[in-house]
Amino acid sequence: MSLDKATVAKVANLARIKIEEKDLEPMAAELNNILGWVEQLGEVNTDNVEPMTSVAEMSLRWRADEVTDGGYAEDVVANAPSSEDGYFAVPKVIE
Amino acid sequence: MSDLTKLTIAEALGGLEKGDFSSRELTAAHITAMTASKPLNAFITETPEQAVDAATASDARRAKGEAGKLEGIPIAIKDLFCTKGVLTTAASHILDGFTPHYESTVTANLWDAGAVMLGKVNLDEFAMGSSNETSYYGNVVNPWRRDGDDSALVPGGSSGGSASAVASFSAMGATGTDTGGSIRQPAAFTGIVGMKPTYGRCSRWGVVAFASSLDQPGPMARSVRDTAIMLEAMAGFDAKDSTSVNMSVPNFEDAMTGDIKGLKIGIPKEYRIDGLSDEIDALWQQGIDWLKDAGAEIVDISLPHTKYALPAYYIIAPAEASSNLARYDGVRFGLRVEGEDLNDMYASTRAEGFGAEVKRRLLIGTYALSAGYYDAYYLKAQKVRARIAEDFKQAYLNVDAILTPTAPSAAFGFGEKGDDPLEMYLNDVFTVPASLAGLPGISVPAGLSKEGLPLGLQLLGKPFDEETVFRVGGVLEEAAGFTATPTDWWRG
Repeated sequence: MSLDKATVAKVANLARIKIEEKDLEPMAAELNNILGWVEQLGEVNTDNVEPMTSVAEMSLRWRADEVTDGGYAEDVVANAPSSEDGYFAVPKVIE
Repeated sequence: MSDLTKLTIAEALGGLEKGDFSSRELTAAHITAMTASKPLNAFITETPEQAVDAATASDARRAKGEAGKLEGIPIAIKDLFCTKGVLTTAASHILDGFTPHYESTVTANLWDAGAVMLGKVNLDEFAMGSSNETSYYGNVVNPWRRDGDDSALVPGGSSGGSASAVASFSAMGATGTDTGGSIRQPAAFTGIVGMKPTYGRCSRWGVVAFASSLDQPGPMARSVRDTAIMLEAMAGFDAKDSTSVNMSVPNFEDAMTGDIKGLKIGIPKEYRIDGLSDEIDALWQQGIDWLKDAGAEIVDISLPHTKYALPAYYIIAPAEASSNLARYDGVRFGLRVEGEDLNDMYASTRAEGFGAEVKRRLLIGTYALSAGYYDAYYLKAQKVRARIAEDFKQAYLNVDAILTPTAPSAAFGFGEKGDDPLEMYLNDVFTVPASLAGLPGISVPAGLSKEGLPLGLQLLGKPFDEETVFRVGGVLEEAAGFTATPTDWWRG
């Protein structure tokens, strides 16, 4: 599998990172270098191996579905680049 | 009064208890050292006024007989831990101005134990790096230099500021975080001790997330005992971290009995990699001899999937990072770069806010998780991860701990490994496998290279058996008798 310029542009869009047209080719080369090296994972026999999703053999804890904390709207928006009346403010999305 | 900055934490606690000096005096000495260490660029934010206030409060608590485990000890905090009212950057432009309104659990535990914060220390951007060359706030410089050579060396990474602050006697200890070696490798590069606990031992709550299934906070200090004291204060169950483990925290210091007779120490043959330098190999053999002389039984073991740990890590960690770092969107905190519309604002903010290495990893991670490639990359890497963890599980049926080198080389110069990211990634070849398996590990300074730079040995333990790691680590430290310190050239 090898990434071309168009794929890098697509992935960059998925990751919401703007990349200049002139930088797509070098970025494709860098990523292919890393992905080429990762290909060696194909040598490992993983038939009937469960993917490891958690380090400790534990199941996630349950708790009662109840409010335990809250009421910090001002704290939550305090670091926002733009906020109004306790809400995050974003550029207009609906005409 | 002798130089208070040269004390270990254990010695300083003794001196405070006897009334030889106060936390105010101890803290003042470290503020002076911190100020003098500016050429190292270890600190992003210094908080000297707060430190003096905290030390004054600490002296009052001690006078009332309410001294905590780290009462009055001045430490540095990696700038990945959220600290209430103090700028928290993750060394990234994208978190410009972010001042948390809450405190991370680990730092809250440290303040409860009486520790005093000197400031927030530099790191690789979002902890992504092995040399502290990716920080938006500039490179951190290693206090150590090669013999007869003035060129600056990297302190390792990502906890490079923590390592540099501790090695330069600017802080008695520091918090670090370890995702693939970010505590252990910089500790080795700077001649200090770095301890990564078992995944789940320390809460991740309030620590800026990189790769959530791997990230683990831990202590860095100048002796094994000091890291044991610090870890006891940092660790503990936290309901706010869903993977925090509900186990009691042992007295880690008590575990350092000095007696390892009969313990079985595994030596994994796969860690004798091609191109391992002779001096690292010789140091490893020396470590084996030291432990044998102390009465341990040396056992040759095999961890057959070792060589696949790095490629698996460089899929899993970027994949998790691409998900975790989605939150930096110019809306909730930090930098916003205006655009034509909402999507353009997101993409422009992230283009300007993230550095090259972070972008590279986010793209790899996004690709590995994207439709059509998920099975080939992410799922495959997680299965390989399972096999690596199984290797350790099998090995631990026969041994109590494992001894390896910490890093394949001593500290290197800036830009020496800059061109090919893969060359940089290889720095973590000995630390990443245990990260993938979630195991505890410690790096202990064990000797000097031909060029006069510190080298570390790594001990790995069974899950939640930090006690054996500290016990063997203490014996290794004693045998190595590493007392070298860097010349303090940065004081001018």
